[in-house]
Amino acid sequence: MRKWLLAIGMALGLSALAQTGKLEIFSWWAGDEGPALEALIRLYKQKYPGVEVINATVTGGAGVNAKAVLKTRMLGGDPPDTFQVHAGQELIGTWVVAERMEDLTNLFRQEGWLQAFPKGLIDLLSYKGGIWSVPVNIHRSNVMWYIPAKLKEWGVAPPKTWAEFLATCQALKRKGLEAPLALGENWTQQHLWESVALATLGADGWANLWSGKLKFTDPKAVAVWETFGKVLDCANKDAAGLSWQQAVDRVVQGKAAFNIMGDWAAGYMSTTLKLKPGTDFAWAPSPGTSGIFMMLSDSFGLPKGAKNRQNAINWLRLVGSKEGQDTFNPLKGSIAARLDSDPAKYNAYGQSAMKDWQSNRIVGSLVHGAVAPESFMSQFGTVMEIFLQSKNPQAAANAAQAIANQVGLGR
Amino acid sequence: MRDRITAFLVLLPSLAAVAIFVYGFIGQNLWVSLTDWGKNPAQALALRPELHFVGLENYRELFTGFVDVRFRQSVVNLIFFTLFFMAGSLGLGLLLAMALDRGPKGEGFFRTVFLFPMALSFVVTGTIWRWLLQPQGGVNVLPTLFGLPPFSFPWLTTRQQVLVFDWNQLPFYTALAVGLTLLYVAWKAHREGERKRLFWSLFSSGVLLVWALTLGRTTHLLPYPELHGFSLALVGVILAAVWQMSGYTMALYLAGLRGIPVEVLEAAKVDGASEWQIYRYVILPLLAPITLSAMIVLGHIALKIFDLIFAMAGLDYAPTDVPAIYMYLLAFRGNQFAKGAAIGILLLLLVAAVVIPYLASQLKKEVRR
Repeated sequence: MRKWLLAIGMALGLSALAQTGKLEIFSWWAGDEGPALEALIRLYKQKYPGVEVINATVTGGAGVNAKAVLKTRMLGGDPPDTFQVHAGQELIGTWVVAERMEDLTNLFRQEGWLQAFPKGLIDLLSYKGGIWSVPVNIHRSNVMWYIPAKLKEWGVAPPKTWAEFLATCQALKRKGLEAPLALGENWTQQHLWESVALATLGADGWANLWSGKLKFTDPKAVAVWETFGKVLDCANKDAAGLSWQQAVDRVVQGKAAFNIMGDWAAGYMSTTLKLKPGTDFAWAPSPGTSGIFMMLSDSFGLPKGAKNRQNAINWLRLVGSKEGQDTFNPLKGSIAARLDSDPAKYNAYGQSAMKDWQSNRIVGSLVHGAVAPESFMSQFGTVMEIFLQSKNPQAAANAAQAIANQVGLGR
Repeated sequence: MRDRITAFLVLLPSLAAVAIFVYGFIGQNLWVSLTDWGKNPAQALALRPELHFVGLENYRELFTGFVDVRFRQSVVNLIFFTLFFMAGSLGLGLLLAMALDRGPKGEGFFRTVFLFPMALSFVVTGTIWRWLLQPQGGVNVLPTLFGLPPFSFPWLTTRQQVLVFDWNQLPFYTALAVGLTLLYVAWKAHREGERKRLFWSLFSSGVLLVWALTLGRTTHLLPYPELHGFSLALVGVILAAVWQMSGYTMALYLAGLRGIPVEVLEAAKVDGASEWQIYRYVILPLLAPITLSAMIVLGHIALKIFDLIFAMAGLDYAPTDVPAIYMYLLAFRGNQFAKGAAIGILLLLLVAAVVIPYLASQLKKEVRR
């Protein structure tokens, strides 16, 4: 009877009103990021007042805890209706290859998203002819942050290549700055590595690395570790004990000149530290990567066997819409994945990132799940440890290739 | 007879539950550790993953595989952590107990203070000590209170290692250690006049030592040298763990000291024993059973340690890694379920090696009674 009513409702185009039941949204957005998700959920409730939304958030930065909980639920046959996941290989290499997700290509066609999102992004979301998740935001990974007033005081300019960076670093060291580059714990070191690798290999070389065309043991890829080692000599020795915020703090306090971090650092400096973007702090693409936008994106997917499939699809529609993205992103401190969003809603940094997003070459981030599956990513931490312990580029390259072979990278 | 049936029926549910949820799952874990679950990403998280039997391949990889260098460091870390943690907790606990045994003023107050850390969870302890061990704060600024320059030791973030050895030489070291232990057994057998035991232990010791000194040095696990040692970043973790557990050993020792009959001590005094001699020849031997119980409890805590390191140094920092953390990383981040299960089995064996002999000896005692 209810199904029958629902069918009539949908036929009359009243599907929105007729939607009932529940929707469970699984994410790791709590704390600073909570309000953005809540705003999106409020918007959903306005459109579908009959649906009871369950906000299943598992706290923990970058989803470290949430992913473990998600795994247990999926393996136990109890998938949430939709879950947050980094767009790209993190989803594809884990859940899509295991045939646990629904193909969303039709949704993309219906909603006109194939035009609304840039092609580079669609490519990252695609695998074997399907498109697998709906991106809600874009963050940029390859950004170098600095305080203009401090650089002026030291008499240096933001370096444009890593060679220039190393020269600047020596100059700053001579001026008594112990560690010109501020660095934090393990994953931020990998974050630095991907910026060095992108500059050394170029956008094509970077893409080839992840499609398997360029081996990690290729001399060009080994050179990444050599440069990375030199860059590390400019960084603080107590890195492992610092969070990324503490590393940013060092730059703000003038104890370091530069920090390479994703653009959530802009949100931290402007919202938490109350600094004015563009004047109190400034940014540039990380050395050697101007014209390239290394992206990462949070997205939502539709697991097979979701209990409230239609409600989840409506959620995905909202997530990908202009209205949804412009509600979410100014609060989250990221930019919209769509090309047509409204710049007036964003601050100075956001606007500059939007401009780059629309004009730059787009590539995916390693650390934030875009280009390599989880099974590779989690073991890349070990490769990093091998390098930090041995300082041997060849050993690190060999280990990376061994893991790439083991997980079948690019296959 | 009816009593027995009732007893059996009452116990049956818990027996069944233990059979399934403890031994059944241990068995399943053992089976998983012998498969390739996780090797193929398409199968790792599939609805019904296809598992292939690969024998001891996962174990072989952990000990000699190229990419599992981190596991080997974590094993070395675990051994050093266990040793120093047990020595520290037992030593400090004994000292505190001896001090309190003399009945100082406010004994009850100090007893509470020393015992209190045990009431905290390792996560709380870890968080507090992480703050205390910040490179630019906490412990390192202590000397500035006396006008001295601050320490600059990076407690939890150093990569320095001491007592470094080559993993490749492990067969050699193992043979040497076992050989020397057997030699000791032989010497004891000789003193006790047990000829059969003397012969066998001397024989096997000889074989092992000869092998170690001739072929042992050339038997290699890996094609290249791989150095591991005691990472100094663990010192901070050991400090926190000792702080947490020494109150517990103090309580045990204090009970033991109070249980020693006054007559025994007085008799020793009358015989002209000095204070030191009383401790060395009377009190410490009487405390030996307590030391053993404490070692069992501390030992299995040390082998299972996870939360303290999680809270102090995080999951990703290899210099403070232990097998439990590496197991979590492999299984729940890297989807390498089979390898994770293999580490689980290894940890189970380690804990069993500590606990089972103890349980067996306790059981024997009870039977004797």
